[in-house]
Amino acid sequence: MASRKESGVSSSNTLDSPVKQIQIEGLVVLKIIKHYQEEGQGSEVVQGVLLGLVVEDRLEITNCFPFPQHTEEDADFDEVQYQMEMMRSLRHVNIDHLHVGWYQSTFYGSFVSRALLDSQFSYQHAIEESVVLIYDPIKTAQGSLSLKAYRLTPKLMEICKEKDFSAEGLKKAAVGYENMFEEVPIVIKNSHLISVLLWELEEKSTVPSKHELLSLSSSSSHLEKSLQMLMDRVDDMSQDIVKFNTFSRNTSKQQQQKHQYIQRRQQENTQRQSRGEPPLPEEDISKMFKPPQPPPRMDTLLIAGQINTYCQTVKEFTSQNLGKLFMAEALQGHNS
Amino acid sequence: AAAARVHEGATPSPGRSRPAVVKIHPVVVASIVDSYERRNEGASRVIGTLLGTIDKHSVEVTNCFSVPHNESEDEVAVDMEFAKNMYELHRKVSPSEVIIGWYATGYDITEHSVLIHEYYSREAQNPIHLTVDTALQSGKMSVRAYLSAPMGVPGKTVGVMFTPLSVKYVYYDTECIGIELLQKTRTSPSRTNGLTSDLTQVAGSAAQTQEMLSTVLAYIEDVLAGKVTADNSVGRYLMDLVDKVPMIPAEDFETMLNSNINDLLMVTYLTNLTQTQIALNEKLVIM
Repeated sequence: MASRKESGVSSSNTLDSPVKQIQIEGLVVLKIIKHYQEEGQGSEVVQGVLLGLVVEDRLEITNCFPFPQHTEEDADFDEVQYQMEMMRSLRHVNIDHLHVGWYQSTFYGSFVSRALLDSQFSYQHAIEESVVLIYDPIKTAQGSLSLKAYRLTPKLMEICKEKDFSAEGLKKAAVGYENMFEEVPIVIKNSHLISVLLWELEEKSTVPSKHELLSLSSSSSHLEKSLQMLMDRVDDMSQDIVKFNTFSRNTSKQQQQKHQYIQRRQQENTQRQSRGEPPLPEEDISKMFKPPQPPPRMDTLLIAGQINTYCQTVKEFTSQNLGKLFMAEALQGHNS
Repeated sequence: AAAARVHEGATPSPGRSRPAVVKIHPVVVASIVDSYERRNEGASRVIGTLLGTIDKHSVEVTNCFSVPHNESEDEVAVDMEFAKNMYELHRKVSPSEVIIGWYATGYDITEHSVLIHEYYSREAQNPIHLTVDTALQSGKMSVRAYLSAPMGVPGKTVGVMFTPLSVKYVYYDTECIGIELLQKTRTSPSRTNGLTSDLTQVAGSAAQTQEMLSTVLAYIEDVLAGKVTADNSVGRYLMDLVDKVPMIPAEDFETMLNSNINDLLMVTYLTNLTQTQIALNEKLVIM
C-alpha cells in the first residue's frame, strides 16, 4: 500500500473527504512526464487536465491531456473551447471524458500560490472529488518519481466560498497553514496488457537504468536552489509580518486616540453643564477615526504554507543524503 | 491493389532520404495499448495517427491519438475529419510535432491497411506504418514499423510493398525513472504500487546495488572455480569498478564525512527552526 509522507497537511489518518485514495494508470504518469519534458523547459509551469472516474472512495485517473501554454500573441485562444473540443473528441474513442482534476508541474516545490488555490477551489466546487497533481520534474530527474495529489480541506473550502479572508474569518474556521491542503495517497495501477508491454520494454531496452538516486553530488545544486527559494519566501513573510505589526500598532494608537477624544468630550460636557451651556453634540466617532485597513491574511497563510512545503522537501533531501553518506562510509570501511 | 510484406532491407529510392530507424517513446505504445483496450464492440483492431519529428536518418515518434474507424469485409471507413481536428488540437500544445505516419493494432498488414496508408501519404511525406501486436498473436507484443514502397511492373500490375524498419525505444531521463516505477507494478498481485518516501527509496536503490554486486560476485567465484572461462573485457570492467572507490586515507575521509554530515544537520536544524517560527507566528496572529 502507499506510504504517506507527512507534508504540510493534516496528519489524521482518515481524511474526512470523499476521496481516500488516488489510483493512476501508468499511461497518465508517462504522459505527464512527456508533457513537461517537451514543452516545459525553463521555469514555466505546464498544466493539463485529468480524466477518469470515481469508484467508491477511490478516484481513478485513466487519461489526461495537456493544456497549451499561454502566449501573448494568442490572445483569442479560447481555453474553454479547446477543452470542450478535446473532451468531445476523446469521447468518440471511448476515453473517459469526466473531468476529475488537473495537473501542474512545479519548480523546486513552489506551488502554493493564490492562482493554484483559486483554480483548485473552482474545480472542487464544481466536482467534489477533484484533485490537483503536482509533478516535480527536477526531483524526479534525481531518481524517484515525485508526484503528489492535493485537495483543499473542507475548512478551506468554506472560507473560499464565503470569500472571507480576514483574520476573524480564518480564526473562526481554525484554518492554519497546516490544514490548507490535504495530501491523498497515490497508487499506480496497470492493466494486464500494459504489464505485457512493460515486460517487452525491459527485454528490448538496452538503456542502463540510471542510478541518479545514489549520486552524492546531487546535493549541491538542488539544495542550494531550494534553500534560496526558502530564503526568498521567508523574506516575503517577514515583510508581511512588518505590515501586520504596523497595522496592529496603528489600530491600538487609534483606539487610544478615540479614548482620549471621548474623555475630552465628556470633560468638556461636564464643564459646560456646570456652566449651564448646552452640551456639544455627540459626533460620529467612527467617521472621525477611520480604522486602518487590516492587511489580508490569506497571503500570509499561503506564504506560510509554501515555506512549510519547502522545509519538508529540504528535510527529505537531507535525510536521503545522510543515508547516502553513511553508505559511502560503509564502502570505505570495507576498503581500508 | 495488392499488398505484400518483404523481409529484406529497404532499397533506397533515389532522391528521397528514407529513414532507417524508428525511435519510439514508450508513452506512444502505452497509448496504443490503452486505445485497444477501449475499442468499440466488434472492432477487431484500432488505428490512429502517429506524431513526432523527422530528421535525416531516423524518425522519432513522441505522441499519438486514435482515430475512430469502421472495418468490414469489403470496405473501410476512417473518420478523417476527426483526425484533422485532433491534429489541430495537438498542434496547439506542441507545435513541433508533425504527422509522421499511422499505427494499427494486430499482427498482419491487410488490404485495408494499404488504403489507409494511401490516405496518410497525402498527409505526410513517407508515412511510416506501425503495427502493435496487442492480441499477442506472435506470443509477445511485438512492435514493428514499415515504410511503403511501390513495386511491380510499371504500366501493368503495380502494388505497394511494406519494407520493415528497425525499431528502437528511446527514453528521456525522467521517462526512464517513470518506467522503472511502473515496472514494479508487474510484480505485485493486484498490479498496484504506491509511491515510496525518501529513505525507502534510498534503501531500495541500495538493495538493487547489493543484488548487482552479488551477481558479479557469483560470476567471479565461478571463474575462480574454473566453471566459467574468464572473459578479459569483463575483467577490465571489474578493475574499473574496484578502482572507482577512491583510496582516501582514513583521517581525510573522516573529516570529509563529518563536515558533510554537519552541513546537512545544520540545514535540517535551520528548516526546523523556520517551521517553528511560522507556527509561532500563526498562533500569535490568530490570537
